[in-house]
Amino acid sequence: MGITRRKAMTIAGVGVAGIAGAAAGATAVLAADSEPTVPVSAASGAVPFHGDHQAGIVTPAQDRLHFVAFDVVTKDRDRLVSMLQDWTAAAARMTQGQDAGTIGAVNGIPEAPPDDTGEALDLPPAGLTLTIGFGPTLFRDASGVDRFGIAAKRPAALEELPKFPADALQPEISGGDLCVQACANDPQVAVHAIRNLARIGMGVVSVRWSQLGFGRTSSTSRDQVTPRNLFGFKDGTANLKAEDTALLDEHLWARAADGASWMDGGSYLVARKIRMTIETWDRTSLGEQEEIVGRAKGSGAPLGHQNEFDELDFTIKGPEGEPAIADVAHVKLAHHSQNSGARILRRGYNFVDGSDGLGRLNAGLFFISFQRDAHKQFVPIQLNLARHDVMNEYIRHVSSALFACPPGVKDGGDYWGRELFS
Amino acid sequence: MRSRYLATVAVALLAGGLAACSGSDDKGADAAADKGGPIAVNASDTGCEVGVTDVDAGTVQFKITNKGAKVTEFYVYAAGDRVMGEVENIVPGLSRDLHVELPAGTYETACKPGMIGKGIRGPLKVNGSAAPLTEDAALKDATDSYSRYVKSQTDALLTKTQEFVDAVKAGDVAKAKTLFPVARTYWERIEPVAEIFGDLDPKIDGREEVVEEGMKFTGFHAIERDLWKTGDISKSGPMADELMVNVKEIVAKANAEKLSPLQLANGAKELLDEVATGKITGEEDRYSHTDLWDFNANVEGSKAAISALRPALEQRNADLVKQLDTEFANVDSALSKHRNGDGWKFHNELSQDDLKALSDAINALAEPISKVAAVVAG
Repeated sequence: MGITRRKAMTIAGVGVAGIAGAAAGATAVLAADSEPTVPVSAASGAVPFHGDHQAGIVTPAQDRLHFVAFDVVTKDRDRLVSMLQDWTAAAARMTQGQDAGTIGAVNGIPEAPPDDTGEALDLPPAGLTLTIGFGPTLFRDASGVDRFGIAAKRPAALEELPKFPADALQPEISGGDLCVQACANDPQVAVHAIRNLARIGMGVVSVRWSQLGFGRTSSTSRDQVTPRNLFGFKDGTANLKAEDTALLDEHLWARAADGASWMDGGSYLVARKIRMTIETWDRTSLGEQEEIVGRAKGSGAPLGHQNEFDELDFTIKGPEGEPAIADVAHVKLAHHSQNSGARILRRGYNFVDGSDGLGRLNAGLFFISFQRDAHKQFVPIQLNLARHDVMNEYIRHVSSALFACPPGVKDGGDYWGRELFS
Repeated sequence: MRSRYLATVAVALLAGGLAACSGSDDKGADAAADKGGPIAVNASDTGCEVGVTDVDAGTVQFKITNKGAKVTEFYVYAAGDRVMGEVENIVPGLSRDLHVELPAGTYETACKPGMIGKGIRGPLKVNGSAAPLTEDAALKDATDSYSRYVKSQTDALLTKTQEFVDAVKAGDVAKAKTLFPVARTYWERIEPVAEIFGDLDPKIDGREEVVEEGMKFTGFHAIERDLWKTGDISKSGPMADELMVNVKEIVAKANAEKLSPLQLANGAKELLDEVATGKITGEEDRYSHTDLWDFNANVEGSKAAISALRPALEQRNADLVKQLDTEFANVDSALSKHRNGDGWKFHNELSQDDLKALSDAINALAEPISKVAAVVAG
């Protein structure tokens, strides 16, 4: 199998080379049940690639993100399928800490470019997950053409998202035929993965837009401390979590009975780049910030409540008899009790894309959510927020995308999208 | 709407002191209190002759005659441009009265031909003795002072919106385009008050993207789109009528409100946030590119709210007041580079460097302004 990245781990005495080391790391990730912070050894280990569901959804959210959306530039269905097979093989390797190709970054003949770009040499798997999604435009283009003979398989849940009030979407960073979400605890590992997939896909796909993220803004597991977004507030306290298996079955995983058998065990991904005008937020008083969010900034406890994880009680009154959590507080507007029971699994990241030329950081939240049907879950919640959330004065949705993430790759003979294209 | 910070309708503070007698065009009872009849003010495009500049404390009456060719305004300012009384929209050839109650002190009078800039200033000395305000009285006074400001702005808003609406209905595209940023000036100066009334604000000032699918895009910006994008206002009449109805309603509501000192402080900050997020970027007036009119009006409105609080702020944190004066002056100076006649350059005529300089000036001002609320509450 050639020299792999895990050589470095061996040298450092951290683990054994080969699959065994990767598997040990994976165990560490999944077993980190009592520590509030994920220990370094777990953070650097590998997450299994094969399974019923794709990794990177209920996997405890890693610290870094590189998200990419592609346009498919070929008209040849066979080339597309072949690339998906190549991607799957490369993803299986990279998530286990190996080079993208079987030869490796430095083992090939001098005359050929390496089949791995090399910047992850010496780096551990770092919890890398790669999650693929198929966009509405893969099925039919803007003029309605069935591009790859799969239009009939497009699920109703993959209808384009509606326009929400105050959306300021930039088409060049919205949509896409395919997406890959790369999450890892080392940014270079995530970037390496996307870079190699983009390279493998040359001629078949073209990068439409991509986004780096840092500092996960949601917990997807009860073992994780709730992180903070760039407003300085804990985010994702009331998120769907890996442990809520009954809720996940109801709200997260699509089923064949929902209408598309190839999506059985998959989930729908919504990505929204949300620019925060952090400069104006930062000169807003603490009291107003907390009222807008509906939580105490320090503890994360809902206003009028004691602890972060207290169940939200909207009947609790404040000192002057007003609701402790305002009717237009973000936590209330987004709460499932206000949205016909709709819940989502959020998996967003902070971003700072340099500055905007006006002396301000171009910063915000790259929102990602997974759900069984975005139109029944994300859409009503976002409509409620777009209409009433006072936080809208401090945010702007600048991109939007929806993807159908198929179920997990079962084994070495399976590939991303097999059931869609077979 | 946030409950404690801005949007909540304040429990009206008891009106005290200065408000009772001020206002424009009052007739009758007050006149008897004036000594020697009204002070004549001859306003022209280049001058502002005030007949008497040394008066006794009490109600002072001015009669302002506009002998120029431009619409003008007349102000009586206390220190820091705190407005003690003002008359807006004095059209050429007309006279308007102003009654204003002035405690002993030194003031400035100002005519503003073309309705922009610092105006043509002159000194005004008011003799007599006046006890300094207690801290609480100073805060109450801030509320009353800002109410006077809202009254004067809403009067002008009604007049100018009506002129704008009339021009739209008459199909006069050129005139409507000229009046659009002028009418909006009065709106933008008092936007924090307008925003209290949640559903009216978007109807009057909503931007196209805020309108939900299936809903109608109405108000200033919908008419702006017709005026600049298509140039066809033949079907805009009903929308103009609707705008007038909504403006009348919000003016009535705004004048029934009294903002608490804390709301004034937050309002001053929010006006600058408006500048930072909507005007700097050119989003607000995307068809007409008249964003600098709104920019200037937001800054003026912010300054008016701070001026109303000024006596209280002077007592509590004089250094902050100095800093605010400096930063307001810096914003004015950065903005004045883009003056064009009686108006402003269009947003799309500014370079990225120009916009960066304005953005920096606004941030430098907004930072100390964000500290005012805590000083007021303290």
